[in-house]
Amino acid sequence: METAIETRLQQEKAAIRKRKREILMERIFLTLSWITLLFTITVLLSILSKLFVDGLTRINWQFLTSFPSRKPELAGIFSAWVGTIYVMALTAAIALPLGIGAAVYLEEFSKRNWFTRLIELNINNLAAIPAIIYGLLGLQVFVRWFNMGESVLAGACTLAIMSLPVIIVASREALRAVPNSIREASLALGATKWQTVSNHTLPLALPGILTGTILALSRAIGEAAPLVTIGALTFIAFLPVSPLDPFTVLPIQAYNWVSRPQPEFHQNAAAALIVLLVLLLLMNSTAIYLRNRYQQRWRI
Amino acid sequence: MKTKKMVRWVYWQEKLVVMVIFSCAFVSVITTLAIAISLGVEAIGFFREVSLIRFLTEKEWTPLFSIKKFGILPLLCGTFLVAGIAMILSIPMGIIIATYLAEYASERARRFLKPVIEVLAGIPSVLYGYFALLFVTPLFQKFIPSLSGFNAFSPGIVLAFMVLPTIASLSEDIIYAVPQSIREASFALGATKLQTVFRAVLPAASSGILASCFLGFSRAIGETMLVTIAAGQMPNLTINPFEPIQTMTAYIVQVSLGDVPHGSLEYKTIFAVGLSLFLITLVFNLLGLFLRERFVRTFQRLG
Repeated sequence: METAIETRLQQEKAAIRKRKREILMERIFLTLSWITLLFTITVLLSILSKLFVDGLTRINWQFLTSFPSRKPELAGIFSAWVGTIYVMALTAAIALPLGIGAAVYLEEFSKRNWFTRLIELNINNLAAIPAIIYGLLGLQVFVRWFNMGESVLAGACTLAIMSLPVIIVASREALRAVPNSIREASLALGATKWQTVSNHTLPLALPGILTGTILALSRAIGEAAPLVTIGALTFIAFLPVSPLDPFTVLPIQAYNWVSRPQPEFHQNAAAALIVLLVLLLLMNSTAIYLRNRYQQRWRI
Repeated sequence: MKTKKMVRWVYWQEKLVVMVIFSCAFVSVITTLAIAISLGVEAIGFFREVSLIRFLTEKEWTPLFSIKKFGILPLLCGTFLVAGIAMILSIPMGIIIATYLAEYASERARRFLKPVIEVLAGIPSVLYGYFALLFVTPLFQKFIPSLSGFNAFSPGIVLAFMVLPTIASLSEDIIYAVPQSIREASFALGATKLQTVFRAVLPAASSGILASCFLGFSRAIGETMLVTIAAGQMPNLTINPFEPIQTMTAYIVQVSLGDVPHGSLEYKTIFAVGLSLFLITLVFNLLGLFLRERFVRTFQRLG
């Protein structure tokens, strides 16, 4: 009798110990997560503070309106930021129609067969290919075979091809979010598939599509690698006018300055990167504004 | 008569539109073919002059010097060294963050933390390079005197934070997608929260988490500007992370910035290196996509 109670007591104690150990483990895991998150946020903040401490004092009107120069205090980013905006606008003009077309086909028209699956796998794989490979593609196809030269147009085509997969995936999600009842109502009234898409589905999905596109383009804007590869120059002392003019962009200009030994040039690089970040911030806030302003909540 | 004409017009319009948007979707297939062809054509030209065996077995990479050696090994070694350092740090961090966000964090914390992590993915890689070269390296040099100005170590560490959003975000989606029934079954058997998370949910999500690690690794291998700026331009067959090295991507940038004439052997080298890079990332991408697909299919059946 006594021994039975004792074993029972022992068992209970063991169970309590086990439970305590588990609570401890849980605490350790949670602490570890908080440390990891805190560490990540610290790194993010130190990247930004290092950048602003180095570069903020260098930003002034002269810096924004001067061309690159051998003397760091005379150099500026006029051709770089104009080039960035030019390339971006052209990229959007090329990528947006292609992306919407592909997304509408895959989401609204395609049949579920092996070919569609192949295209989908292909798009997923293209989204994961390194940017510099697109640079080599652009160098060979656009610069050499299509004879565009090291021009704004070649750069825009390269970036458009690079951001297409992301735009397609985002556009498909936006189309999928439009409820089926809308399509069915339109079809029931005798509209054809294309009439349904062009009059109802696409306009309703457009804010979502634009949000996704802007986010994809803001990725592309920060990529220097593909444009370096197709031969965008770092020393451009004029503004590109025609799409066939040579050009430079902010990240390439910043890379050029960072790879020089003088600290004054590093300051210029930091300032150019701040301008680039401001541009990115503008694009992202536009995307968020579009999303919040036009996002519909469907009550079905 | 008039209606008949209109119906015919609508019919043809429909056909035309489908053709146009089908070709838009087909652009993606053309892109893949164009990548294969454009890399392949120049790479074949390269391998006509330099045998594949020399390319894979020589231990030096000096195509721009007067004594030319064409061994890819130093570039491969540099690439994997930097990416390896990044993965050692970012895989555990990514999985911890993903598990915490998906299983423990409150809705408010999630809504604040997810965008913060994703900001890391939006920072331009030149800025990461700037940070690695001018902040991280000088900081580490205080503790490790043998660390040279260009090295594999600090870009590796910084690269970890660059691929962290990829791994954390994709893994979190996967953990979130594990069906609730699995958690409920575990609780019903008397398991605690910790046991449920670590012995039921994470094992169920393991193939998907592995997939996100593969995709993250593929991104780390292809990252260009960060390693070009901070790791150096010296092909170096070493596993010492404190020495300057050169990655495959950095070599392509180095040649692109120089005055190498079209059609020369030096020009063709970047396509041979690019093709190698493409094939390596392709293997990891396909592995990742395949595992992800398998995860999704497994749990679709469970509902």
